[in-house]
Amino acid sequence: MIIKVENLHKSFGELEVLKGIDCEIAEREVVCVIGPSGSGKSTFLRCLNLLEGITSGKVIVNGHDLTDPKTDINKVRTEVGMVFQQFNLFPHMTALQNVTLAPVKGLGLPRDQVNQTALKLLEKVGLSDKAHVYPQNLSGGQMQRVAIARALAMNPRIMLFDEPTSALDPELVGEVLTVMKELAREGMTMVVVTHEMGFAREVADRVIFMDHGVIVEENTPQEIFTNPQNERTRAFLNMIL
Amino acid sequence: MVSGFNLDWGIAIYALPLLLGGIKLTIIITIAGLFFGFLLGAAAGLARTSKNKPLYGIATVYVEAIRGTPILVQALYLYFGVNQLLMQTINWKIESVPAGIIAIAINSGAYIAEIVRGAVQSIDKGQVEAGRSLGLSSFKTFYYVVWPQAFKRMIPPLGNQFIISLKDTSLFAFIAVGELLRQGQIVISATFAAFEIYTMVAVLYLAMTLSISTVLRFVEKRLDVS
Repeated sequence: MIIKVENLHKSFGELEVLKGIDCEIAEREVVCVIGPSGSGKSTFLRCLNLLEGITSGKVIVNGHDLTDPKTDINKVRTEVGMVFQQFNLFPHMTALQNVTLAPVKGLGLPRDQVNQTALKLLEKVGLSDKAHVYPQNLSGGQMQRVAIARALAMNPRIMLFDEPTSALDPELVGEVLTVMKELAREGMTMVVVTHEMGFAREVADRVIFMDHGVIVEENTPQEIFTNPQNERTRAFLNMIL
Repeated sequence: MVSGFNLDWGIAIYALPLLLGGIKLTIIITIAGLFFGFLLGAAAGLARTSKNKPLYGIATVYVEAIRGTPILVQALYLYFGVNQLLMQTINWKIESVPAGIIAIAINSGAYIAEIVRGAVQSIDKGQVEAGRSLGLSSFKTFYYVVWPQAFKRMIPPLGNQFIISLKDTSLFAFIAVGELLRQGQIVISATFAAFEIYTMVAVLYLAMTLSISTVLRFVEKRLDVS
């Protein structure tokens, strides 16, 4: 198991957002996390690379115990890529510079080598002609694809996606999902918080339904979407499908 | 010549070299003072964004104390007050020009601290998260991601502070700094041409501040700061 979560609790002050999550994710698995807003799914994802501190419980990612204070979190994060809803591209850097920053300044790899890899990654996400363009001159879909290339440049073992298409105009969703599907096909371990049920149905090996800070139900997409066992899952799916 | 008044603009020819000497000092004090003021302000401003309580406390006391007292009082305090203490203890004093530079540095530093704090805090939290999620340390994330964006936002208010500090140097006429205003007063005491000389002094200050704002407009346009 590349990710192991045991009895994970997360509170913001008085408010308990995660109320005991248990979950294991295997290498090369694609897991989609769905659920209503406020269900804690984004917080769960952000606990997997410690963007949110863990209140209690155990989280093991790629062999690193995230609750152990001796764990070098920067090292763990080089192995876990993250893609954000709001892209969070660096606006003062070109697409290429966005992709090369962390490998060059973080890992200390030689710039020439990193540039070559980065150009290949931009080509992979269909943006080789945008390498020297600044984010402000890119569409939302293009920005998100650069963000994916940026995360991939660290050569991560796991990719986390936090509602990657929620901020996009409907006509731009497809190009981002296409890149993600390609990534899944290549065997990347992916945890995707999403509202794109079509994507979950088509690409996910497993779908986790969360509500009120707990995992209510998890199963293959086939089972979850056609034969949900829990009343809350049924209610949620009825609302959005 | 207006009847009843005896204005003598010929005095300008006589006064100009003296006033230009004053301008030189005004510019030196402003630039040196702002250089150190920026270092001080950047440190204090970052301390004001820090979670470290003592660091935050010291920076806050500094900013509030300086913003809450007039710069003239600060300059007099330093040049006469602190110097008296220094003379009594180590028999040494800060000369007037260095005192002016220190006063500008300390004074502008407090305002620049707020400019730096505001600019740094205005950068979206997602930028830091993106940097950290790529495995960059918090220092590298700050250095490569936050600071360049924040610095761009600081340029307009820093330009404004530049103009304010330049004008503030005129107060150092009171601590015997031979800057522009002081030089003007010296000429007036010898010629009694108050109207002519003060007009020249005012015009020269205006020429300097207008030059700064012109350069700033150009820089802002080039950097597309909005």
